[in-house]
Order: sequence, then C-alpha cells, then structure tokens
Amino acid sequence: MSKRVLFYSALIIFMIIAPYVFPAFKTQLATIWLMIIVAMTWDMTGGQMGYNSLGNITFYGTGMYVAAIVTIGMVYDVGEYTNAFGGKIYEFTDGQYFTGLIIGCLAAGLVCSVTAVIIGYITFGLRGPYFAIGTLGVAIAAGELVSNWDWVGGGQGIALPIYPGDYDVGKDVFYFLFAGTGVVLFLFSKWLYSTRFGAAINAIRDDEEKAEAMGIHTLQYKLATWAIAAFFVGVAGGISAFQLIHFEPLESAYQTINLGIFMVVCVLLGGKGTLWGPVVGAILFHVFKEVTWNYLLGWQWVALGVLIVVTVVYFQGGVVGWLMQKRPEWFGVRRAADDTSVDEAS
Amino acid sequence: MTHVIEVKNVSKAYGGVAANTDISLQVRKGTITGLIGPNGSGKTTLFNSIVGYHPIDSGSILFEGQEISKLPVQKIARLGLLRTFQQTRIYGQMSGIDNMLISLPHRKMNFLDAFGRNGKEEHERAESLLEFVGLYEKRFLRAGSLSFGQQKLLEFAMALMNEPSTLLLDEPTAGINPTLINGLIDRLRRANEEFGITLFVIEHNMRVIMNMAEHIYCLAHGQLLAEGAPSEIQSNQRVIDAYLGAH
Repeated sequence: MSKRVLFYSALIIFMIIAPYVFPAFKTQLATIWLMIIVAMTWDMTGGQMGYNSLGNITFYGTGMYVAAIVTIGMVYDVGEYTNAFGGKIYEFTDGQYFTGLIIGCLAAGLVCSVTAVIIGYITFGLRGPYFAIGTLGVAIAAGELVSNWDWVGGGQGIALPIYPGDYDVGKDVFYFLFAGTGVVLFLFSKWLYSTRFGAAINAIRDDEEKAEAMGIHTLQYKLATWAIAAFFVGVAGGISAFQLIHFEPLESAYQTINLGIFMVVCVLLGGKGTLWGPVVGAILFHVFKEVTWNYLLGWQWVALGVLIVVTVVYFQGGVVGWLMQKRPEWFGVRRAADDTSVDEAS
Repeated sequence: MTHVIEVKNVSKAYGGVAANTDISLQVRKGTITGLIGPNGSGKTTLFNSIVGYHPIDSGSILFEGQEISKLPVQKIARLGLLRTFQQTRIYGQMSGIDNMLISLPHRKMNFLDAFGRNGKEEHERAESLLEFVGLYEKRFLRAGSLSFGQQKLLEFAMALMNEPSTLLLDEPTAGINPTLINGLIDRLRRANEEFGITLFVIEHNMRVIMNMAEHIYCLAHGQLLAEGAPSEIQSNQRVIDAYLGAH
C-alpha cells in the first residue's frame, strides 16, 4: 500500500514541477496531457465497452466551438464578431476572458455529452466495424457542416482573444488546465471501472447478446459511457480552443485524420481495456511523433505507419497488456490459490 | 395460475423455411418440462421466440399471464424469464467471479445502483453458487480460459445468480463430461426443488431428459409431434420414427 502511495505521490509531484523543469517544452507537455485525455476517453468505449469509435473527434471539435461561442456570445454578437474580418476591434476584459474560459469549457463538456447521447441513440444500433465507420461519418459530416456555417466563421474558423497576462504564465495555465482535467479523468475512470457500471460495460464488450439476455440495460450503459467520454473530450476541446487562439473547422477542430486517429493509436500502443494503457500509450506516442516529425521529416508518416503495423501485429495487448502478462501481480490479478479477502478488490 | 409459459399457435418462418408451425404448449409452474426433437426440428427457434430474440409471425406467448411476444429481450429477462445458450455464452475476458457479479438481477436495480460496488453479501452469494456448480477453485481465472464444459456450468451458475422464476436451458449437458452429467442432473433438480425455479429444457440426451422431466414435448419438422409423460413419449411410435429418420 505504501508503495502505491509513493508511486502516485511521485507522479503528482512530477506533474506539478514538469513545466518548470522543462520550461522549453511547456506546450509539448500540455499536448501530452491532451493526448492522455483523448486516449483515456477513447478507451472507455473502445477498450472497456468494445465499441471502436472513430468519431470521438466530433466532441473535440464541438467542444472548441461551444467554448468559443459561449465566450464571445457573453460579450458580443457572435455573427458580427466572426464576420468582422479585422474591420472592428473586439476587446475582452480579464474578467470576461476567465469567465469565458471556465464557463465555456464546462458548457463544451455538457453540450458534447448531450450530443453523444443523441448521436449514440442512432449509431449504437451499429456493431463492430459498422459502428467505427458510422461514427467516422458523423465526424466528417460535422466538420463539413460547421465549415459551411457562416455564423461561426465558416471555413475561416474563429479567433479567440489571447491570454490577457504574461505569455509564459499563459502556457502554465493551459498546462495545468489540461493536467487537472487529465487527473480528474484518471481518478474518475479508476473509480468508474471498479463499480458495477464498469463490470456492465465490460460485459457488453465480451458478449453484448449475452448481456441483453441477462437483462442488462445495454443501451443505457452505452449512452452513459459515451456521454461521460464526450464530456471530457469536450472540455479538452474547449481548453484547446483557448490555447490555440485561432482554429478552423477541418484541420484543427474536426481533425479526423490527425487527432481522431492518433487517439486510437495511443490506446493500441499502450494497451486496450486497461486503466494505464491509454496514459502510457499517449506519452509514448507523443514522444515518438515529435521525434520523428523533427528528425525524420518527410518520412514521419511512414515511421508512424510502421509503428501502427508493428503494434497491431506483434503487441496486440499494447505495452500495458504485455506487462500484465509478464507481471500480473503488479496489477492485482489474483490466482485461484490466493485467499485474499473480497473487500480488497480494486 | 399453474402455467408459467403458455405458447399459443406460434408460427415462425425464416424466408421460405417454416421453423415453427402452429405450436401450442404450456409449462407448468414449478416443474421441469422437456423439449426434444431431431436436429433442425425448431427447438431453439421456439426458445428464441419465447425470450423475444426475434419477432414471431403469428400466435401469442404468455409469461405468467402477460403477453410477451412483442417485448424486447432485456425486458423479458427482467421479468424473470431467462435462457442459456446452446453455444455457451459467458463474458470471456472477465473472471468467473466477475461473470457472476454482473449477473445480479437487473430488474431490481435502478440506474444509480450501477455506480455502487458489490458488497460482501453479493460476493458470498456468487461464491456459494460457484461452489454449487463446482467452479469455486477456478473463480479468479479468466472465464474464457475455462473448458467448454466448465463454461457451461458457469453459464448455469450465472443464470441462477439472476434469480429467475423460469429458466430455459438449451442443451445443458452437451459437451459435458459423462461422469459430470449425473452431477449436473442433480444440480438442475436442486435448482428446481430448492430454489423453486421452473425449468424448460431442450435436451438430446434421452437418459437425462427422461429421468428429469415430468412432461415432455417433442417437435419434428417445426411441428408439435407428441406430448406426454416420459413413459408415453418413449413408447410413442411417431417419436421413435422421427428420431430414427422414418419421416
């Protein structure tokens, strides 16, 4: 037990001091947290519930737009703001900025949850690869729709006000917003997977027909899981919107071929259906991506392809899945011979 | 009310194939009722119709006096009418004990209960039922790594965990080691007598079903061929012909 406390304390301390130890990498570290958030939420449906969504990026994009619209809408008319083309200067006070940041990100999460329930109600009739393609279609359609919607800036996207204080402090703020969301998400997932809810979505993953035949409210669980995942992706999208300052629909908001696929690769790399897998995978993936994008420029997509193929063919359980096989005792996997009390299960 | 399940004039066709034609039968409360018939005679189709797995073409199905032929699978299961599968279905990546715990009766749960954890009582019940089917030693193993026969026993234990009032068993002894079959018959009987669960059993093993059931229905070519006590069925010439291929 004390070992575990030590381990988690070390991680928390590292999380807090990281941006000050590596001041040149503040934005990179924030992006790692973003990857952790999208990977963990993807794993909720993909790994724990067996529904491989390629459309979670919808919530990232929607989160960005909702946060921006809420922030702008509280002060100005959104349509005028997005169509001003520099013809008029729009000022935001510090108070307006921070209110927008907080309320905007929370609203982004809530709107995405509701969106997930609506989309899920339609798409959860699809199984296996059909669900993946169906949700991918939703993401692409969402991007195209938004890019043709002039009120939110159309293909031009939206520019948010820049961080009102010191530029470097701003980087810290975004780092800690992402990190805080990530830690909350991790603790929430750890708790969720230990409840009956976690067992029910695992049952849906292993055999949905059996789960139905046993009377489990499968649709309710599926919708709730996706709504939870969408909430966190939406919040992360909202933070990203403020961090990026300017974003447009197809390349940065509804970026199906980048972040939309990266989150899946992170999970596959780290280990599907495990608590730590998405975290480990997100860190490894982001480091791999930055290294190849810097030193193998021109070949970076090839290197990424090789990584995906090697993972899928040789390490299907991912890093954490492989470790679980080698060192099951680290993960509290019990054998029949052990006679531990039932209350300790976690 | 003496009849738990009442099937009235049920027909079901898959395209041009009539899997069930005009079938009527009753399962009496608290009994063990058998359903036999050669392969492809429509037994599993009838089970699937009863539990709402697919819509029926015509007829009606009552469970405890309530029409269920239009209800979805989950709702029927929550009424307390449960089935096991011919191709055994368990949650392969979860441990035996987790398979049991997720099989708790969901009819008693509201949505917020899902966010609770299972307490000592539930764990004890799961363990005692695993003990009942002889899987206690293997409770922490991944269910998918159990043998087919053990998975079959686990599936039976999961069904009991759900506290059904009626259980439809699709070939419970298929794939089980002959020496274990006697033990399984004994457990099915005890489930019936001690837990008061009505059993409706599809079975190919004549020794098993003749020993266990009070009343047997025989299907052939999707139609009800014969019904009666085991002794009557055994001496029924049409049943013998159906099994020996005289049709």
